[in-house]
Amino acid sequence: MKLPDMKASAAAADAGIDRALFEFAGFDAEAGERGGYSNYSYWRSTLRMFLANKVAVFFLTLLGTLLLFTFIQPLLPGQRSPTTIFNDPATGMQYRNLAPSGRFWFGTNSIGQDLWSRIWSGTRTSLLIGLSVGLAEMLIGIVFGAVWGYVRRLDRVMTEVYNVMDNIPTTVLLMLLAYIMKPGFRTMVLAMCAVGWLGLARFVRNQIVIIRDREYNLASRCLGTPARRIVTRNILPYLVSVIMLQTALSIPGTIGWEVFLTYIGLGLPVSIPSLGNLVNEGRMIMMAPELRYQLLFPTVVLSLITISFYVLGNAFSDASDPRNHV
Amino acid sequence: MFGYAVKRLLQSLFTLFIVVSLVFLLMRLLPVEGYFGDRFQKMSVGEVQASLRKMGLLDPWYLQLGRFYAGVARGDLGVSFIYRRDVPITKIIAPRIPYSAGFGLVAIAIAMTAGLAMGVGMARNKGKLQDRAGTVYIVFVNAVPLAVYLLFVQLYGSSLLHLPILFDKYNIASWILPAVSMSLNGIAFYAMWIRRYMVDELNKDYIKLARAKGLPNRTVMVRHVMRNAYVPMAQYLPAAILATIGGSIYIESLYSIPGMGGLLVDVIQRQDNAMVQALVLIFSSVGIVGLFLGDLLMALLDPRIKLAKGGGAR
Repeated sequence: MKLPDMKASAAAADAGIDRALFEFAGFDAEAGERGGYSNYSYWRSTLRMFLANKVAVFFLTLLGTLLLFTFIQPLLPGQRSPTTIFNDPATGMQYRNLAPSGRFWFGTNSIGQDLWSRIWSGTRTSLLIGLSVGLAEMLIGIVFGAVWGYVRRLDRVMTEVYNVMDNIPTTVLLMLLAYIMKPGFRTMVLAMCAVGWLGLARFVRNQIVIIRDREYNLASRCLGTPARRIVTRNILPYLVSVIMLQTALSIPGTIGWEVFLTYIGLGLPVSIPSLGNLVNEGRMIMMAPELRYQLLFPTVVLSLITISFYVLGNAFSDASDPRNHV
Repeated sequence: MFGYAVKRLLQSLFTLFIVVSLVFLLMRLLPVEGYFGDRFQKMSVGEVQASLRKMGLLDPWYLQLGRFYAGVARGDLGVSFIYRRDVPITKIIAPRIPYSAGFGLVAIAIAMTAGLAMGVGMARNKGKLQDRAGTVYIVFVNAVPLAVYLLFVQLYGSSLLHLPILFDKYNIASWILPAVSMSLNGIAFYAMWIRRYMVDELNKDYIKLARAKGLPNRTVMVRHVMRNAYVPMAQYLPAAILATIGGSIYIESLYSIPGMGGLLVDVIQRQDNAMVQALVLIFSSVGIVGLFLGDLLMALLDPRIKLAKGGGAR
């Protein structure tokens, strides 16, 4: 080893090269650490990508304000009950169809109830339905999809179950389920969950079939890792983006179903304010131009909420896809 | 191709069998009022039981199911109990089929052509005003519930454009709003898809080659890009059919079109069990047939399908 070295340095000296350049560098542990370590963090990158999207941030602020207001509205001073019918003290008649004014901000409906408080109360009901259905669908969809994709023996059976449900138009299936059960909050949530998990389950299943046999999972299996751990640790993190998107989209979907079921008479009882009931009440009198505010106000609130969830779901799904983190 | 078609047909028949049986059995869970209507209040328990027995509704479920299939084989779906008492259901439904089928097909045709044009336009002007406006439309249609924005189409379509607010088969102007309403969702669906497809496809090597060898732009578009788009477009056709069925139920009822969708809403409100059952079965069968035809069409357009194993997950 030494011999060629000495030969080389001798040759270098002959060529008039600066010997200092050929000294061994000292080992710097800190500098070594710096090169071998990346400060990449999945969630931090996701957040950064998300915040870079101005439209998404706008809708996040809007939705946050709306949700916060919806839930603190009954605690604010001077709010009326959404179900009380107000009478004119002078004549004893109900305040029917009053146009928006300083007293009734959004006016009153055809039997003299305060539209402002009805809208926020209805938004609470509809959001409650939307969130329960969204969460339940997420749970059912993930579990069903994971088992479907991972357990080969069940694939045929579950595919058949999926095909049967997928072949019936969703609207018809939902109507049938809501018709068979008694109308009410529980029926609505159950019927929507029963039809809504299909899409997510299929996405999860397809992703799992793709990732299931990659080398690192093969290695895990060879090392004797239990299937449940492989699914939860190796595979599910890949699905965050799809799961969040589907869940976010199911909330506006649910609100839409509620409006539709109310229209065909399978919705919540009229005594419970909900966005579906309000839109339906507004629809019945929409041909009278001076009463159109009763349709307009609920639909504006409803549209702001559904559009926000839709845009946010898509923006988050883009941001949480690691391929976009460059 | 033939082998695939037979296999796929058998699969569809199997699905149809399961769906029909399942719906039939689910309908048995309903309260018996739906077989009597207003009369139910005045009848004694004994009378109710007697007429249920006479209708064969107290027999074991497999007998009822068998009888139902025998009826279907003869083209008999039973009789209506409330909507039009004791009239055969097939007789009530038959005159309504042309309306539903006509509007559905027209809506899908409009959605495909307008969606295609819009998507191509958006892809060509990517990032410019047309693209942005199209994106806003797509987000709006996808995010705001159909049941809400269609009300405004009806409201302002009739008041601003002076179109009739309800359907009248002798007045062609009254056909416009329902047909357009039914296609709005599909337009957004196809436009979004075509735009993404074009943007991806135009960057591919075979398009660059086609351009490099001097083919005119039109030829590149028609013979290369669009030729490859047929298969996925056919793939989306069944989904479009299912979505149109869903939308038609609401729209037919909204515009009082005498089709099957409006009828379903009607009989649900009147709780006529036999009619609900018949209509749900018809709509499900249309869905199954639609998916079957879509798969066949795809196999015709794409020679690679033959190599794939039949069936499987969609």
